[in-house]
Amino acid sequence: MKGYRTIRTAMKALLRNPLRAMLTTLGIVIGVGSVIAMMEIGEGASTAMAKSFASMGANVLMVMPGTAASGGISFGGGSMTTLTPDDCTEIAKRCPSVRLVAPTVRARTQLVYGSRNWVPSSMYGTTPTYLGIRDWTVSEGKCFTDSDVQTGGQVCLLGQTIVRELFDGLSPIGKEIRVKNVSMRVVGVLGPKGSNMMGMDQDDIVLAPWKTIKYRISGSPLQSTNQSAAGNSSSSSINTLSNVYPSEATSMYPAQSAVQQADNPMPVRFANVDQIQASARSAAEIPAAIDEMTAVLRDRHHLREGEPDDFNIHDMTEMASAFSENTNTMTNLLLAVAMISLVVGGVGIMNIMLVSVTERTREIGLRMSVGARSRDILRQFLVEAVVLCLVGGAIGILIGQVVSYLVWRLKHWPVETSPTAMTAAVIVSAAVGILFGFYPAWKASRLDPIEALRYE
Amino acid sequence: MELIELRDIHKTYHIGDIAVPVLKGVSLAIARGEMVALMGVSGSGKSTLMNLLGCLDHPSFGEYWLDGDAVSQLSSDQRAMLRNKKLGFVFQNFNLLPRTSALENVSMPLTYTASHLSERQMRRRAEEVLRHVGLGDRMDHEPSQLSGGQQQRVAIARALVNNPPLLFADEPTGNLDSHTSEEVLAMFQELNRRDGITIILVTHDANVAAYARRTIHIHDGLIVDGSFGGAVGRADGGARAATPPSLPPGGAK
Repeated sequence: MKGYRTIRTAMKALLRNPLRAMLTTLGIVIGVGSVIAMMEIGEGASTAMAKSFASMGANVLMVMPGTAASGGISFGGGSMTTLTPDDCTEIAKRCPSVRLVAPTVRARTQLVYGSRNWVPSSMYGTTPTYLGIRDWTVSEGKCFTDSDVQTGGQVCLLGQTIVRELFDGLSPIGKEIRVKNVSMRVVGVLGPKGSNMMGMDQDDIVLAPWKTIKYRISGSPLQSTNQSAAGNSSSSSINTLSNVYPSEATSMYPAQSAVQQADNPMPVRFANVDQIQASARSAAEIPAAIDEMTAVLRDRHHLREGEPDDFNIHDMTEMASAFSENTNTMTNLLLAVAMISLVVGGVGIMNIMLVSVTERTREIGLRMSVGARSRDILRQFLVEAVVLCLVGGAIGILIGQVVSYLVWRLKHWPVETSPTAMTAAVIVSAAVGILFGFYPAWKASRLDPIEALRYE
Repeated sequence: MELIELRDIHKTYHIGDIAVPVLKGVSLAIARGEMVALMGVSGSGKSTLMNLLGCLDHPSFGEYWLDGDAVSQLSSDQRAMLRNKKLGFVFQNFNLLPRTSALENVSMPLTYTASHLSERQMRRRAEEVLRHVGLGDRMDHEPSQLSGGQQQRVAIARALVNNPPLLFADEPTGNLDSHTSEEVLAMFQELNRRDGITIILVTHDANVAAYARRTIHIHDGLIVDGSFGGAVGRADGGARAATPPSLPPGGAK
């Protein structure tokens, strides 16, 4: 029997009972539909993830100071005060794989404008290159300049959230805000970036020259920025706006413990920064950039061979891969569930095919009596099951697309069409048809024509 | 040469450990162009003999030649081919595919072997046979839209579509009223006379058997009467079945 004749015979046999055929294949429709919807939503999620990583800045590398320890007691990450702005300049000069590099100093304090106040979640002192590293644009006004950084100019850039909170959405350019009694002029507004992957609002940010933050505002290294701590609260002491360095408690030379001093017999640096951020020229150059930066920093920190690094370089790709692993795990889990529903659908097909074989026993007997060999019967029923599954798979693909479209329209989840999933769905549904159609077909082919003809 | 020749055919069914002999040494011969009735009460082995003759079953013992082929030695696939090419079956309950047009019912046997025919040729052949049985105007009707006699004629057309030399009719009039029965039987006679198709009518009804030119009576697994046409009688026809034919031999065409 020719292939297309078998298929036509199978189609006709199925169309003799269209409602039953539809109900039989429903399991496959649902299974394939859910596989497709899962895959499209999953792919959309990972694309969104990739985008969100890009919003954190492409190929960003973060250099954190190491952990100081004394007598077995660790002071926590970043407690070493070894990174300096000069490290930054050196990295920029000596690392060919590094595109941009910027120091950052963090602070956390209140902003006041008129009768409003706000505490931004991040307040960074840095250089204009920071915007390049983070792929950030200035939507209004302009960025502060390198000379502002040199002189510790009282200027700042505000994120969208702060503009909303302090200025009610009005343009803040040229306005002065008060930060710990230091008056700062707003020179620009950052473009919107939305929340990052951890759900942190990236627009709740103030950027200023690092010298300004470090010496005029924070006046203390990282370890005490977020303490309500002692000594630097401006409300308890009298300050005037003309006071350029309000936090007088701060020493220009960060205090080191006796042990630290003994451990690091090197000249005390004038200034340290909390972090150095850099970006590699491309994702492929990230490892090279890390190596080069490590070499430069070890050299500058006079670390001997075998001595541990007094800094850590983090790279976002680790985080990205951890995250995509998470989404992959979720997608795989959902896929497994969808596969189970496919198997259930297959069992449904087998069930109905068995019923159909019993019901059509006389037809089988007749076909055998007019010359169908048992392999013709086997093939006919197998093809029927496969056709059923493939049609179900095709409808399932359509339904899956509709579902993912609805998810996109109604819930605004990102979705993405996945040709791999479609191919897989077609192959899997054909396989289900063969797997679960085989037993009924085999049973049909084993029938004795005499018995089958006499079957009532 | 005879179309069918059976020599000492035995068929024994095994139900558990018990052997049930149904055919106990049947010998017969049917020449090309004969119209033979196979008669017997139920339980006589009539159906078993019919299944053996129709190549649906193989004998436990004995030899069967159909048109020169030793059927006893064929595999089930080869027997299927033989059924397709050389045999046509007409059943008591018509056995038409439901919800399928008369035309498709008739062309169904062609789909199994006639891979040399195109769709159009298959269709033309089916139309030709349907016209031959007088259903030229009912080709697209489904079995449920046809009367019993028309359904049986569709079944006859289906049996004829492969141009077989031999037609089996198993109680072809069992589900028909007497008037339609006559029509159908007349059609068999005409097919036999005009087209030279050998026809074997299996029946328990003497009125039906009367349409045949020779009647083979089977009783209790043995042929009691009519195993050979007079012209082709054989000496080794089986001692117990040696009764001479009661009807004149069907003249070979």
